[in-house]
Amino acid sequence: MDRKLGRFLLIGIPYFWLFLLFLVPFGIVLKISLSDVAVAIPPYTPTFDLDNGWEGIKAFVGNLDFENYVWLTEDDLYWSSYLSSLKIAFVSTVLSLLIGYPLAYSMAKAPSEWRPTLLMLIILPFWTSFLIRVYAWIGILKTEGLLNQLLMFVGVVDDPLHILNTDTAVYIGIVYSYLPFMVLPLYSALEKMDGSLLEAAQDLGCTAISAFWKVTLPLSIPGIIAGSFLVFIPAIGEFVIPDLLGGSDTKMIGKTLWVEFFSNRDWPVASAVAVLLLLLLIVPIVLFQKQQERAQEAEQ
Amino acid sequence: MSNRFTWFNTTSLTLGFVFLYLPILILVFFSFNESRLVTVWGGFSTKWYAELFKDEAFLDAALVTLRVALVSATMATILGTLAAVVMVRAGRFRGRTLFSGMIYAPLVMPEVITGLSLLLLFVSMGIDRGFWTITMAHITFSMCYAAVVVSSRMVTFDSSLEEAATDLGCTPFQSFIKVTLPIMAPAIISAWLLSFTLSLDDLVIASFTSGPGATTLPMKIYSQVRLGVTPKINALSTILILIVTMGVITASILTKRTEARRKEDERMAES
Repeated sequence: MDRKLGRFLLIGIPYFWLFLLFLVPFGIVLKISLSDVAVAIPPYTPTFDLDNGWEGIKAFVGNLDFENYVWLTEDDLYWSSYLSSLKIAFVSTVLSLLIGYPLAYSMAKAPSEWRPTLLMLIILPFWTSFLIRVYAWIGILKTEGLLNQLLMFVGVVDDPLHILNTDTAVYIGIVYSYLPFMVLPLYSALEKMDGSLLEAAQDLGCTAISAFWKVTLPLSIPGIIAGSFLVFIPAIGEFVIPDLLGGSDTKMIGKTLWVEFFSNRDWPVASAVAVLLLLLLIVPIVLFQKQQERAQEAEQ
Repeated sequence: MSNRFTWFNTTSLTLGFVFLYLPILILVFFSFNESRLVTVWGGFSTKWYAELFKDEAFLDAALVTLRVALVSATMATILGTLAAVVMVRAGRFRGRTLFSGMIYAPLVMPEVITGLSLLLLFVSMGIDRGFWTITMAHITFSMCYAAVVVSSRMVTFDSSLEEAATDLGCTPFQSFIKVTLPIMAPAIISAWLLSFTLSLDDLVIASFTSGPGATTLPMKIYSQVRLGVTPKINALSTILILIVTMGVITASILTKRTEARRKEDERMAES
């Protein structure tokens, strides 16, 4: 085989595929976010019309405007769903850290013959369907659900708590679904920690607890940062959890986009929401990338 | 350092794993419920499983999902392996930064954005939506995961083995097929399994890119769940969980065995 042609094909095939099905679609989203909604198929205007030649292109560009973005910034609904996405993602990340840390810590401290099994038990739920795991919580959190039956049986509450269709249910859902993403980087940071450092701290007079705060915790910071980003970033754009567990007043940007698209059939506004969501995500993604690079350099 | 279970470790492990597994166990438990209610026990019964297998809509959806997952996982593994070779081996070429950007970006992209953008692409190209559009969408995001899995194994690959094959008269292509691929096989298989599961699980992207006549199982489950909780969904979930658990356990036993055999071979080679 001709080497040059082979190299060209090797690079060209995956390149072309990703270019056509990943990059070009973003160009289209950007273009449609500048269009107007219309009662037509497809439901936006202007559409690209090559038959009219150069005049057609000029008319097409002339009809694009930032109207949808102006509309998004003026409507409280969109502001509040961006802010509430950030808030829900942040609270869920903190909760996952609080639950995930002791779990990862105990896994790293477990006898070494136990660790592969524990690790597999953490990864296993990740392979089972996301939708099924979210669905499992509906039966538990419902007003007449198992949690309320248990709480009333024990006598903690007299009237059933209203948890399903609130933000609390969304927090539970996100923490439950993304806990493995938090535990795995924490575990790998804690597991490779040198135990002699702790012994040294204790020889120098630290109690076990202060040795944890002064030695273990600072050394696990790369794991904390990586785990937090891995929960925070996907949580912002989450759709299934707020839709199934959240209430009608739970606003998250992924859900807003879905409603604009499927219920309101407003493709231009849905596209504008997508562009703004992407802008919102670029900051944490770039920060995460930087941190990963630094961690890799530190390891070398 | 003491490597025993302290009371703190035991408690946090127990609580952590109860939190992770109890909801799934409850779900499985209530799939055998006689009663229509999923939260009140009414006696043991397998009638929901029988009803599930009588429901043609579910069987059709399962068939569509399986076909999409098989085709997309296979294509995604091929394209992802090619992409991994490009990232690890191809050296510098024009547009390399853009290329690795396009591999990593879909991993952090919210599904709603990927779904919406692909749908708009299909609409503006005038492609009828259905089986093939879902499959193409799944290939696109799965191939990035496959590329990451395969390339992370490929970086540790000892390229002197390939050089040896070339010295012994193989063309680069032959040495890739005869030496590199067999060594990469475990990573390629995990890439395929990951792509297959991703496709099986996906609701959001499939909802955007599907058309009339192509409903996947997650879409069917989602529309049922929105109407309310029924033991039928519990039964279906139990079957899916069982398949996945068996698959993961088999895969991990196989990996352990190959690993053990490899170590044994290395020991034999050294002695």
